[in-house]
Amino acid sequence: MRKFWAWGALIFGMLYFILPLLGMTNFSLKMRRGVYSLDAYAVVLGDPRFQATFTYSILMALATIVFGVLLVVPTAYWVRLKLPGLRPYIEFVTLLPLVIPAIVIVFGYIRLYNTSSWLPLTGSITGTNILLMFGYATLALPYMYRSVDTGLRSIDIATLTEAAQSLGAGWTTILARIILPNVLVAVLSGAFLTFAIVIGEFTMAALLNRPAFGPYMQLLGANRAYEPAALAVMSFALTWGCLGLIQLVSRFQKGAQSAT
Amino acid sequence: MSSDSSAAPPPARAPFRLPLHWLGAAPFAIFVLLFLIMPTMRIVVGAFQTPDGSFTLDNIRGLFTTSILSAYWISIKISIASALLGCLIGFSVASAVVLGGLPKWIRGPLLTFSGVASNFAGVPLAFAFLATLGPVGLITVFLKSQLGIDLRALGFNILSFWGLTITYLFFQIPLMILIITPALDGLKREWREAAQILGATNAQYWRMVAFPILLPSFLGTLALLFANAFGAVATAIALTGSSLSIVPILLFAQIRGDVLGNPHLGYALAFGMIVVTGIANTIYIWLRARSERWLK
Amino acid sequence: MSFLTLTSLQKSFGPVQVVKDFNMSIEKGEFISFLGPSGCGKTTVLRMIAGFETPSGGAITIDGRSQQNLRPNQRNIGMVFQAYALFPNMNVAENVAFGLKVAGRPKAEIDARVKEMLGLIKLDHLADRYPYQMSGGQQQRVALARALAPKPQVLLLDEPLSALDAKIRVSLREEIRQIQQQLGITTVFVTHDQEEALSISDRIVVMNAGKADQIGKPADIYNRPATRFVANFVGTLNLIEAKVVDPAANRVSIGDQGVTLREPLGNAKAGDTVSLALRPEAGSTAPDARGDTALTGEVVSSNFLGSVIRTRMKVGDSIISFDMFNSPGLVPPTVGETVTLRFTAGDLLVIRD
Ligand SMILES: Nc1ncnc2c1ncn2[C@@H]1O[C@H](COP(=O)(O)OP(=O)(O)OP(=O)(O)O)[C@@H](O)[C@H]1O
Ligand SMILES: [Mg+2]
Repeated sequence: MRKFWAWGALIFGMLYFILPLLGMTNFSLKMRRGVYSLDAYAVVLGDPRFQATFTYSILMALATIVFGVLLVVPTAYWVRLKLPGLRPYIEFVTLLPLVIPAIVIVFGYIRLYNTSSWLPLTGSITGTNILLMFGYATLALPYMYRSVDTGLRSIDIATLTEAAQSLGAGWTTILARIILPNVLVAVLSGAFLTFAIVIGEFTMAALLNRPAFGPYMQLLGANRAYEPAALAVMSFALTWGCLGLIQLVSRFQKGAQSAT
Repeated sequence: MSSDSSAAPPPARAPFRLPLHWLGAAPFAIFVLLFLIMPTMRIVVGAFQTPDGSFTLDNIRGLFTTSILSAYWISIKISIASALLGCLIGFSVASAVVLGGLPKWIRGPLLTFSGVASNFAGVPLAFAFLATLGPVGLITVFLKSQLGIDLRALGFNILSFWGLTITYLFFQIPLMILIITPALDGLKREWREAAQILGATNAQYWRMVAFPILLPSFLGTLALLFANAFGAVATAIALTGSSLSIVPILLFAQIRGDVLGNPHLGYALAFGMIVVTGIANTIYIWLRARSERWLK
Repeated sequence: MSFLTLTSLQKSFGPVQVVKDFNMSIEKGEFISFLGPSGCGKTTVLRMIAGFETPSGGAITIDGRSQQNLRPNQRNIGMVFQAYALFPNMNVAENVAFGLKVAGRPKAEIDARVKEMLGLIKLDHLADRYPYQMSGGQQQRVALARALAPKPQVLLLDEPLSALDAKIRVSLREEIRQIQQQLGITTVFVTHDQEEALSISDRIVVMNAGKADQIGKPADIYNRPATRFVANFVGTLNLIEAKVVDPAANRVSIGDQGVTLREPLGNAKAGDTVSLALRPEAGSTAPDARGDTALTGEVVSSNFLGSVIRTRMKVGDSIISFDMFNSPGLVPPTVGETVTLRFTAGDLLVIRD
């Protein structure tokens, strides 16, 4: 009896998730009347605006990841090593982006960094790009920080640092050569998650008027029928790929740990 | 510090090293201040300011008009509905897998899939549901042509309260599964056995022991899912355009083009969002701390 | 008829037989300990009594009533777990009241009984505390009170003390014993600590690989181990290999020294090897020591342990260790010295495997 209900709940849940995925895949293949075809994909992939916005978002994601790592790894390391009393506060702050909706944060950017302000970031294209990248870094902060901090917990950073110092290493060397390789898996999983978040992000890019992939998808959705479904399939595959890589990487780490 | 004065004088450099420690956290502090705290404060302060900068409560008062209140009300309703259903369905699935005696191998794939699905939000999610429950979607067409059920005629519309709720569930349910599975794992076998040997039936065990233990996690996750749905902008816009007047869509339109005719009313609108999600998350953090204390 | 009987109890997990033909009769009010090494099946037997595991064979009766087909909540049994297993969402009083509450007792009766139970474990002042606010020892006492509150017919304790530190372990085991005697409740106590079992039990069951090797009073188990396993597991007995010289006269030789035993050798033949046990405190090397039997050997080691001095000497192929009480005049033997240990022949036990 218990098993019956258990299977029932599981199958109901699976149906709920499989049907939309099936629906969008099915729809994306129906552009040509009467037969299944990859026309929708061909149209999307051939669209120069797709190529431009997708490239833009990938570059933004990579920039966000680099900036996020440079910001989070030294900070998390330093806080654990020298300022442990600060940890609860930092942790609280890094969780704030989950509480404050992205639309509110970007609203603040627009008012704070407009052309007539002390830091007119939105005045130039480069400035706006940088602002958007900072915005993405803020959105990714909870995931990045948590991931890296957990990674640091599992290694004895105090001993590693002292050992490196006794061999004459400077701070940059310690961070780049000792700490980073040891938390690489944590950094990577934070990076993949950041990538998944940035690549389809809509709100910030739309309100800052940047030609990113998210607003492009929305625009296409408002005007076309089949192409959006093709985009949804590709996005899902991309998300799946990123999170699959996280699984792979962390499994790899487990294997490496049990081997030593 | 002063208690050291009787000992040998410390090296002259020592007092100057203290600020250097703090400098290590400075880049992070500056970043967070500039791109998280200050923008948010700007909104909060702006909500209480007139255009020329003096203090006022008019903006907040301005929220209490029928159209804005109803936007909040629909937003809150959708968030509550999708959070409640997400919790219930997610809980059923998680407990089926953890406690229902299903094969062990299901667990790993389920959690991996939940991780992916809970991040599959935004624009593409809306497309997936349009392609499924929209006017020419997979299920709509199937029901109409094969079973003769016309969803439209029954009053169902994907661009509606229920349409949005069902769509949100796609990321709400997996999030619940991800959070509640560890809590279900935390139910010790001994608690069930201790209850049984003391004469409790299975129902009594659930009512008096397991459910109260899970309740904080359950309510906490409810609050988190609520905030999650309340702040979701992209899915709503991609799904409904501007046909459904919920707070995030209203705010989006206001930022784009001052549809309310008063820039500072936009601040108040955003401030209201912070207040609602802030309350929900405070509840979450508080309840979570409580359940962690128990499960120590 | 005994109060709790286990008849040819068996349990297999898949192909592995964990409990083999376990027989035991326990009288009303008795305190029985199951003693044995890790993995020998103690917990499994206990869980079968409680109804959490279904026996693969055999029968369990309590007060003449078969427990077969009774679910745990239909049996009238109290149980204390190693990890306390207090309900974390209830305070002490609510935990203790749980069994009465699910049985639907009136509130006044529950309150009175909870009060009585808390008095019994001397924790009246902590009634409002939650489990996470208490020490392990306190939690385990609450668990005991919770198990006893519904007046069970039988109390089962599965290594209730092994998560606690040494001092509390000793005081709590005495408290458990005293409460058990006060209430006269039939109790089965599982432990792998022999001192624990010896100090508080009416009878001990020494378990080995799913079977009861020996059942007896603590003194019997300690002084007259029935098998080599029991001798090894309980106490620090010397096991000495001896060669039978003359079975009719009970004569054996240890190394090349002849000894006459009090005990019959059974059906051993001349030339057979038998195992003898000797308690370390049975003999002495002091010049005025008395005894009808003596063994001479070379001292291998000598350790000062506070109240006693433990010396190990080599006789033939066997190492024999013996304890002498420390006294100011005593000169401890030195390594390499030859000493003579005197004891009564009756102290040498023949071990049958
Ligand atoms: N549910 C089970 N499935 C398979 N094997 C089991 C199960 N429960 C116990 N066993 C096996 O049965 C044997 C006896 O276990 P049991 O828990 O009764 O030992 P124990 O005497 O209580 O040991 P300990 O002192 O470590 O608690 C062990 O080898 C154990 O691995
Ligand atoms: Mg055990």
